[in-house]
Amino acid sequence: MDVQLLTYLFVGASFVLYIGIAIWSRVGSTKEFYVAGGGVSPVANGAATAADWMSAASFISMAGIIAYSGYDASVYLMGWTGGYVLLAMLLAPYLRKFGKFTVPDFIGDRYYSNVARTVAVICVIFVSFTYVAGQMRGTGIVFARFLEVDVDVGVVIGMVIVFFYAVLGGMKGITYTQVAQYCVLIFAFTVPAIFLSIMMTGHVLPQTGFGATLLDAAGNDSGVYLLERLDQLVTDLGFSEYTSGTKSTIDVFFITAALMCGTAGLPHVIVRFFTVPRVRDARVSAGWALFFIAILYTSAPAVGAFARVNLIETVNDTAYEALPEWFHNWENSGLIAWTDKNGDGEVQMSAGDPFAGTPAYTGERGPHGERLLSNPPTDNPGEVYIDRDIIVLANPEIGNLPAWVVALVAAGGVAAALSTAAGLLLVISSAISHDLLKKQLKPDISERGELLAARISAAVAIVIAGYFGINPPGFVAQVVAFAFGLAASSFFPVILMGIFYKRMNKEGAIAGMLVGLIFTFSYIVYFKFIAPEMSTPEHWWFGVSPEGIGTLGMIFNFVVALVVSRLTAPPPESIQHIVEDIRVPRGAGGAVDH
Amino acid sequence: MTGKNRQDYWKANMRLIATLLVIWFIASYGFGVLLVEPLNAIHFFGFKLGFWFAQQGSIYVFLALIVVYAWSMNRLDRGHDVEEQ
Repeated sequence: MDVQLLTYLFVGASFVLYIGIAIWSRVGSTKEFYVAGGGVSPVANGAATAADWMSAASFISMAGIIAYSGYDASVYLMGWTGGYVLLAMLLAPYLRKFGKFTVPDFIGDRYYSNVARTVAVICVIFVSFTYVAGQMRGTGIVFARFLEVDVDVGVVIGMVIVFFYAVLGGMKGITYTQVAQYCVLIFAFTVPAIFLSIMMTGHVLPQTGFGATLLDAAGNDSGVYLLERLDQLVTDLGFSEYTSGTKSTIDVFFITAALMCGTAGLPHVIVRFFTVPRVRDARVSAGWALFFIAILYTSAPAVGAFARVNLIETVNDTAYEALPEWFHNWENSGLIAWTDKNGDGEVQMSAGDPFAGTPAYTGERGPHGERLLSNPPTDNPGEVYIDRDIIVLANPEIGNLPAWVVALVAAGGVAAALSTAAGLLLVISSAISHDLLKKQLKPDISERGELLAARISAAVAIVIAGYFGINPPGFVAQVVAFAFGLAASSFFPVILMGIFYKRMNKEGAIAGMLVGLIFTFSYIVYFKFIAPEMSTPEHWWFGVSPEGIGTLGMIFNFVVALVVSRLTAPPPESIQHIVEDIRVPRGAGGAVDH
Repeated sequence: MTGKNRQDYWKANMRLIATLLVIWFIASYGFGVLLVEPLNAIHFFGFKLGFWFAQQGSIYVFLALIVVYAWSMNRLDRGHDVEEQ
């Protein structure tokens, strides 16, 4: 069967599965809509968290980013996994004990203030929209790549599917579709990774193949370690060594911290832990989540290294006509471009851009059959442009895997994008229907009224996210800086102090949150939008890039909150009892002591 | 449940968290970031050790830390009679 047909079949079958789950798990109460009734098993919640967490970017782009930046990409690997340790120990169990529906719920109640609640709501909505727009775009791109439909049509198809199970099933529908989506995406990621590892090193596990010696063309051990070979290949081409970085140590430190604390502070991750039955389940569930995530996150750097070696050895100094078919296919899709600068008919790779900007094809073919470009060439010897997403997308073809694996990767990419989008949309809808409407504007709203409001706001959020997906505004491209930086500088400190520092009061929390938020937001906007030409290490504060500035914002938040809380009245007695109560797992025991 | 028991429970929890977070910090920020260059001089299978911690080892350590925490807290909950019924 041809690849196209198989891809339609696989993606179509996965959609039928998701919609089936949505119908089976439709909900009738707000508790089910917001937190799946609080009855999700820790393993299922772990898988759902992993799918929620791993976006289209993790699935499609991360291995490629690692392949091209080597050690520097470690910030993502450590940053996006280390946050789960913080969640498991510092946040999840206590928030589960608190037992409400949303993150602004906790902030509003703990700090006995609707101002704090509203600041949290605004922050939730901004962070989540930034994130979700990128996911909708990601769905569109996956469709465009594999099914040859327009990106915009892909976004609309994604909207329809998410609409179905988010509006119908709320958190319950989302949770069980996410479990299914996790299975699809992890299978789709690991199958090509294992094949590639066997092909290059003879190791079944990519994690050990990563540190093994390469096989030569005849399948015998060459005695050369993969990473040594890679370091040599890239330095020969003028790049810096793969296993050492180019970023400054302080920047690596700050970015990693911002990603870790941001992960722990992201509302769509935190709410997942409200869905398990008990406090102990919240702790265990964080472990399952990290286990499921680690399967992909420890394979991705191996895949990146395999693919980079393979790419350089296959492509560099090879005659264009002699290149394998995938090279020409992806050139036709616009992800590869070649311009024969020295006229030798061979493809040369080198550090630096081969030409300015992304490829602008003229529509004509050159003497070797290559697509001609109108981009002005640069003066470095490199001749080939390779989009980083190729690393994952072309893996099945590079490894000569059967057509069904290609179809599987397509279904995996769609699953990754949809699962993350759905989790974010739910957080947006509950912030509006629960934190704004029920808790502030219309407290006497009925259960049915609130559920209807939650469904309507989910539907509206999907439409807005879809609109941003079709017309992406500039801020959407800065997900890492905005979403993680803002979560790290606003939510993480106030939630942490809310649990671990009884004396923290509303004045301190609000002041800290605003300072962290405004500082981080302004720094990112300045360097990313107002003066992007200034965004170099000499101009950054302490050499910290906008991606890492959330850490500094977080430190400011802590300092300001502690100082202000010392200068103002302590929180009321009842609040201090709440804090004591969330610190112990046993539910009814809380009332005995006071 | 007495106030004293509660305080002991919380103190034990804090000690455990502090210990585990020190390990968390050393495995990632220590070995993977601050000490990465000296550690890269050491070879560990086919890896430079610092690089391995940054791209593999730290993640395994994180996972182990959560497992240890969840297990120890279950014991602590029972020991102080604060577990959920």
